[in-house]
Amino acid sequence: MAEGEWQPKIIAIICNWCSYAGADLAGSARTQYPPDIRAIRVMCTGRVDPLFIMKAFADGADGVLVSGCHFGDCHYIAGNFKCAKRMFLLKSVLKDLGIDDHRLRMTFVSASEGAKWAMVMEDVVKTVKELGPSPINQLKQ
Amino acid sequence: MAEEKKQPRIGVFVCHCGTNIAGTIDVESVKDYAATLPNVIVADDYQYMCSTPGQAKIIDAIKDHDLTGIVVAACTPRLHEPTFRTATKEGGLNPFRFEMANIRDQNSWVHMHDPEGATAKAKDAIRIAAAKASLLEDLYPKSVPVEHAAMVVGAGVGGIQAALDLANAGIKTYLVEKNPTVGGRMSQLDKTFPTLDCSQCILTPKMVDVGRHPNIELHTYTEVESVDGYIGNFDITLRKKARGVMSQDEATAKGIVGGGCNGCGDCAAACPVIKPNPFEFGMAPRKAIYIFHPQVVPLVYTIDFDACVKCGLCVEACGEKKAIDLEMTDTFETVKVGTVILSTGYDMFEIEKKREWGYKQFDNVITSLEFERLICASGPTGGHLIRPSDGETPMKVAFVLCAGSRDNTGVGKPYCSRFCCMYSLKHAHQIMEKIPGCQPYIFYMDIRSFGKMYEEFYYRIQNEGAKFIRGRVANVLEDAKTKNLHVYAEDTLLGRPVDLEVDMVVLAAAVQPTENIDPVRKMFGVSCSQDGWMLEAHPKLNPCGTTTAGVFLAGVCQGPKDIPDTVAQAEGAASAASIPIHTGKVELEPYFAQCLEEKCAGCGMCISQCPYSALDLIEKDGKQVMHVTEAKCKGCGTCGGFCPGGAIYMQHFTTPQIVAQIDAFLLGGEQ
Repeated sequence: MAEGEWQPKIIAIICNWCSYAGADLAGSARTQYPPDIRAIRVMCTGRVDPLFIMKAFADGADGVLVSGCHFGDCHYIAGNFKCAKRMFLLKSVLKDLGIDDHRLRMTFVSASEGAKWAMVMEDVVKTVKELGPSPINQLKQ
Repeated sequence: MAEEKKQPRIGVFVCHCGTNIAGTIDVESVKDYAATLPNVIVADDYQYMCSTPGQAKIIDAIKDHDLTGIVVAACTPRLHEPTFRTATKEGGLNPFRFEMANIRDQNSWVHMHDPEGATAKAKDAIRIAAAKASLLEDLYPKSVPVEHAAMVVGAGVGGIQAALDLANAGIKTYLVEKNPTVGGRMSQLDKTFPTLDCSQCILTPKMVDVGRHPNIELHTYTEVESVDGYIGNFDITLRKKARGVMSQDEATAKGIVGGGCNGCGDCAAACPVIKPNPFEFGMAPRKAIYIFHPQVVPLVYTIDFDACVKCGLCVEACGEKKAIDLEMTDTFETVKVGTVILSTGYDMFEIEKKREWGYKQFDNVITSLEFERLICASGPTGGHLIRPSDGETPMKVAFVLCAGSRDNTGVGKPYCSRFCCMYSLKHAHQIMEKIPGCQPYIFYMDIRSFGKMYEEFYYRIQNEGAKFIRGRVANVLEDAKTKNLHVYAEDTLLGRPVDLEVDMVVLAAAVQPTENIDPVRKMFGVSCSQDGWMLEAHPKLNPCGTTTAGVFLAGVCQGPKDIPDTVAQAEGAASAASIPIHTGKVELEPYFAQCLEEKCAGCGMCISQCPYSALDLIEKDGKQVMHVTEAKCKGCGTCGGFCPGGAIYMQHFTTPQIVAQIDAFLLGGEQ
């Protein structure tokens, strides 16, 4: 951590079967990425209620990542697809609220894509750092 | 749902994992921090939490401090959640009052160069886990009975072995094969390394065994159409493809006494349609009504309806046996099984994509599997190796190893195909044995002779006179007049270019997952690796299992392996698949959705979200409410993520629990 640098608060909600396993694989392979993201495990991204994400932004999250299996590979047939539709709609709501919709990201990382997980982490952190602190946090101050 | 309203009392245990965690993360400060968190009564650390003394710490702490929830900050729940759940249970708590913070796989290992960042992340992870642990409840796994039957998909040598093992263990086994016969790739091989057994000689008895085993129901020319259910109770619908020919059993069932196919072949003799035989890679003809080879099991002819002109000559030739029905259509059958083994095998990489080696451009460039058929006594040439261009006997043959394997150019496959070195050595031996004076040249990158008696086999082939040239072949060009081939490479041991004129080139092509296997894989909910091979549950500790409970893997569908390894894995898979069946029941994780009826508006929007049709609307106390059929619910929570009224209570992943985790991270626990 560089001294004095702003550290974004980014939360990731990830599915047990693909993305969580992919994140574990990045670990086994010792692929390095920035430590700014905190993960919450759910069984399927289908569990992700848009309200969880709204709550996260209201609490001051600078970015939210939702990551599941690739389409067609969902452990529960199509939970990831249903989640993706919700996230798509939610992005337009966020825009209306003045939150840049790039702060919410949905990705698809399979259990064998440890390297991709690390890339996603790099990219999400980079995107959020470029966007700066969430406007909600600025309002709070 | 929670009965007791006791203030949560959480114990946090931080694992060093030797230096795996403690080498990066400041465990001492993490533990001290954990002790300050809301509801945390005790925080401790230990070298290896998963060890017996580590688990004893949890068990003792539950008793000493009257804990209601446990957090272990260690590796990943995918590895040790069951371990610590057991310890939690031994301490006298419900095992579902355990939560894990992943501070190794997703922290210390991936932030090795940022100890400060990793330590901060570990503190957050524990805070998040403790917030969830404070809200965990007692849950009770649902026990379901297991159907006393199993299915094996794919009847190559792996599938055959798995089916025989299951059947011999007294389990009714459905063996499903998409081709008209069992045997798979192994039945196309001539000899097997390093013992040089005749492949058919050791395989045929097993093929016959599966054909007549009383516990095996063989379904050839059959594909999996759909899969429903879960471990213990899979309902699998099979599509029995229209074969056009009835077996003797089928004829008897239809009342045709003494009828049905007896494999006499009169039909094929009469058939006027000639097509290339795919079993012989097009090097031999076959009729529209055919069998692959004389040893097929079951010995029943099959009509290739794409080629058949329905002239009816075969029906005439079949005569009184009345085995042939040109109007036959696909039929469907649903069977119920407890466990499934996938053994769907492999295909060869389309080596013509590697243009530089001239396959399909030059007649005398062939693949190793074509070589197997040409050298095989039951093959199209009766075992005489000939040059396809002129039928002459080749006297100089070049073998190109790693043809498309270990290839990062983007055209080939990055992995080692694992058995090509050994079969190419075998091929070299075979030509030297069959054709006196014939000289094999083996172009290799490394010879990977890693198995039992394999290295010795390599020495033997060297001593027999095979010439080894280390270097990847750059190019193969044809002499247009003689049809001889020039092999260009660099001999990297001598450091000089090679231009070798040979009569024939054999490409040891890479292997890849069976074509069109993805729909089958997805029906069973099995993930795949980046290369498309089916993914095992754990590469070391669970190589036969998958992330779908009750579905196991055997053979090359999981990754390239030779016959001994395939058979060994098949036996492992059969053993694993028989355990739930013999136990008679399995416990399902109790992550079922429940309906909070006072909140449910009866809108029914959740019903369309459920992939398993587990939800219905029922009338209760005069209003419509959602009802969950627990046996069908798999706990994905897709209904809960969608319910507009927050009426769905997703056990172990409840909305309050997830929101508490979000708050714990972002608000530092102040809620």
